[in-house]
Amino acid sequence: MNIIVTVKQVPDTHEVKIDPKTGALIREGVPSIINPEDKNAIEEALRLKKSSDDGEVTVLSMGPLQAESTLREALSMGVDRAILVSDRAFAGADTLATSYTLSMAIKKIERYDLILCGSQTIDGETGQVGPQLAEWLDLPQATHAEEINIQGNLVTVKSNFDSVTRVMEMKTPALITVSNRINKPRYKHMNKVLRAYRDKAVVTWSKEDLKLNPIRIGLNGSPTWVRKTFVHSHSRDGIVVEKPAANCAEDILDFILEKALLKL
Amino acid sequence: MKLCYQMDEKYEMIRMAAREFAEGEIKPVAGELDEKEEFSVSLTQQMGDIGLFGMTVPEEHGGQGLDYISYIIAVEEIARVDGSQAATLAAGNSLGIDPIDKFGSESQCRKYLPDLCQGKTLMGFGLTEPNAGSDAGATSTTAVKEGDSWVINGRKTMTTNANTPITKGSIVQAITGARPDGKPDYTCFIVENGTPGFTLNTMKRKFMWRGSNTAELFFNNCRVSNDAVLGNPGDGFKQMLATLDGGRLSIGAMGIGCAQGAYEAALRYSKERIQFGRPICKQQAIAFKLADMELKIELARNLLYKACWLAENKRPFGKEAAMSKLYCSEIAREVADEAVQIHGGYGLFKDYDVERFYRDQRLLQIGEGTSEILRIVISRAIGC
Ligand SMILES: Cc1cc2nc3c(=O)[nH]c(=O)nc-3n(C[C@H](O)[C@H](O)[C@@H](O)COP(=O)(O)OP(=O)(O)OC[C@H]3O[C@@H](n4cnc5c(N)ncnc54)[C@H](O)[C@@H]3O)c2cc1C
Ligand SMILES: Cc1cc2nc3c(=O)[nH]c(=O)nc-3n(C[C@H](O)[C@H](O)[C@H](O)COP(=O)(O)OP(=O)(O)OC[C@H]3O[C@@H](n4cnc5c(N)ncnc54)[C@H](O)[C@@H]3O)c2cc1C
Repeated sequence: MNIIVTVKQVPDTHEVKIDPKTGALIREGVPSIINPEDKNAIEEALRLKKSSDDGEVTVLSMGPLQAESTLREALSMGVDRAILVSDRAFAGADTLATSYTLSMAIKKIERYDLILCGSQTIDGETGQVGPQLAEWLDLPQATHAEEINIQGNLVTVKSNFDSVTRVMEMKTPALITVSNRINKPRYKHMNKVLRAYRDKAVVTWSKEDLKLNPIRIGLNGSPTWVRKTFVHSHSRDGIVVEKPAANCAEDILDFILEKALLKL
Repeated sequence: MKLCYQMDEKYEMIRMAAREFAEGEIKPVAGELDEKEEFSVSLTQQMGDIGLFGMTVPEEHGGQGLDYISYIIAVEEIARVDGSQAATLAAGNSLGIDPIDKFGSESQCRKYLPDLCQGKTLMGFGLTEPNAGSDAGATSTTAVKEGDSWVINGRKTMTTNANTPITKGSIVQAITGARPDGKPDYTCFIVENGTPGFTLNTMKRKFMWRGSNTAELFFNNCRVSNDAVLGNPGDGFKQMLATLDGGRLSIGAMGIGCAQGAYEAALRYSKERIQFGRPICKQQAIAFKLADMELKIELARNLLYKACWLAENKRPFGKEAAMSKLYCSEIAREVADEAVQIHGGYGLFKDYDVERFYRDQRLLQIGEGTSEILRIVISRAIGC
């Protein structure tokens, strides 16, 4: 079973602050990490590879050259190959241009049975790249997987949406986006870290390495532009009740009932 | 030689890997293990599962094939979360695995290293005796050769990892004769648990490292074969000194880790705790304490990493190892002490990690050469 996992380098949003004036992320000094759900996708790929007899797990990312460290982290988890698609011409890509470029890289990889993606990132959070990728490649897809089983060329995918559980079956090759509930990503093994840096290479593909339609990439290939990002401000006006405690309680109860926050 | 303060990204990945594990698996249980004075087989084996044992042992011996600085970074990160697990790890590597890898025969390496390097088993290193602590030369345990075997008699004390459910045995030093100059000849033996005449007792009611195992070893006509000799008979003292030089680097790493953990906790707390209408970190008296902590940790780390670099490049590093162990363990005390001070009364309750850091740092100025002995080592090295 050959599996491709798409991974995106994202700023660690635990540490991210937003510039109140421009609404943009302040990225300086913020560590970059693998998008958390992409780690779940890597874990699942390694698990599926282990239960089939042979095959390779390849991680693929589009991003600036510094995203190489993300791919080294994936290699440290034990994946076999890493490919970084990087070119100035890809800058400013929206989800459509991103998924198009990734799909062309996947066509170049050629041999695969399964593509695994995270359901969504913690920075862009659109959740569009996986499904779009499936469309570009004309593959069956299932999203938000919490369980994947493979029997021969039949894949069964279980997902939960609020109170509904959905079980889908499809034939490989197929694309699945995984939820963070699917598994617990493994810790990196010390010797695998060594091997990731000593024995393995991150292959970089630029625009020239892919058969791309130039009007579909980067800013030009991006119909969506982010016009503005801003922080919601949740400001609430408090009501001050100055009465003895017992009367206060009654007032508060009246208020709650009046707003229909609680039914007695 | 060029001066370069930029570390390879590989080391950052090692740090991240060890940190994720320490925060994910050790942090949630460290306080409870400490309180119950309980050694955790499962955490030890999990540390083995991610390759924390045998880090500097070559891959062909079953180790991880990394360099010394990688190992030191890993110990630092475990100690940043918990001193006890760091003790299991550092003693396991520096005292249990290292001597076998360095001095053991090919068959001893093949017999012990694969399991030790996977954290499936542990090995103790018994040097200290009731009447031979700092004065290791006063060892009175003896081994007498009888035909193809040796008969060991005597007693060791305070040996880390010697009596856990997964301990394979201990490396012990014994007197095996006298040299022409009248000084005793020392030899190290690998004695497996369960050998007739070898009994153990776990030492309880410890003040610190309560999740780490410490044991007494008793040898009563304990017979071992010639194969149990580590390296060659008579090499014991040399082996012990070399082992301690390496071990001191790992105690240094535990000092930095402990200081880092206490400092981070104090910094966080100082930003949250409001007194007199503002966070206490806005009081200069508190801010300056934190500034000093940052400074001390930075100095200690630079010194330790330099010593590791010397060791890695096969240069003499005995003085620097002693200086690192001394300085890192002393700043661990200072930083943990001030971290408690910044927590006020809450810092004295087990609900806060600094209470544990404050206790755990105390061994660091005693084990593997007390601060006093290290000052002797350093002063001799500068010709006093
Ligand atoms: C704050 C912010 C807001 C944005 N808003 C929009 C917007 O409204 N519309 C829009 O079109 N673009 C938007 N973008 C740009 C968008 O993030 C990127 O164009 C796109 O590369 C990824 O989209 P995403 O992060 O939403 O990924 P998602 O679609 O949420 O990612 C799902 C999965 O797709 C894979 N994946 C995503 N990106 C990559 C990649 N570069 N390389 C490899 N695998 C990848 C991963 O497996 C990931 O888990 C925004 C970016 C940011 C930082
Ligand atoms: C939790 C724990 C784990 C341990 N693990 C191990 C282990 O795995 N293996 C092992 O072999 N040992 C181990 N030890 C023992 C440790 O190495 C010794 O405690 C240490 O070497 C000091 O010996 P001592 O306790 O006998 O103190 P002593 O040597 O009796 O020292 C008492 C005091 O006298 C001072 N002193 C002694 N001689 C001099 C001198 N010449 N000049 C100035 N001051 C001097 C010392 O610095 C100290 O302050 C462990 C100890 C503990 C507490």
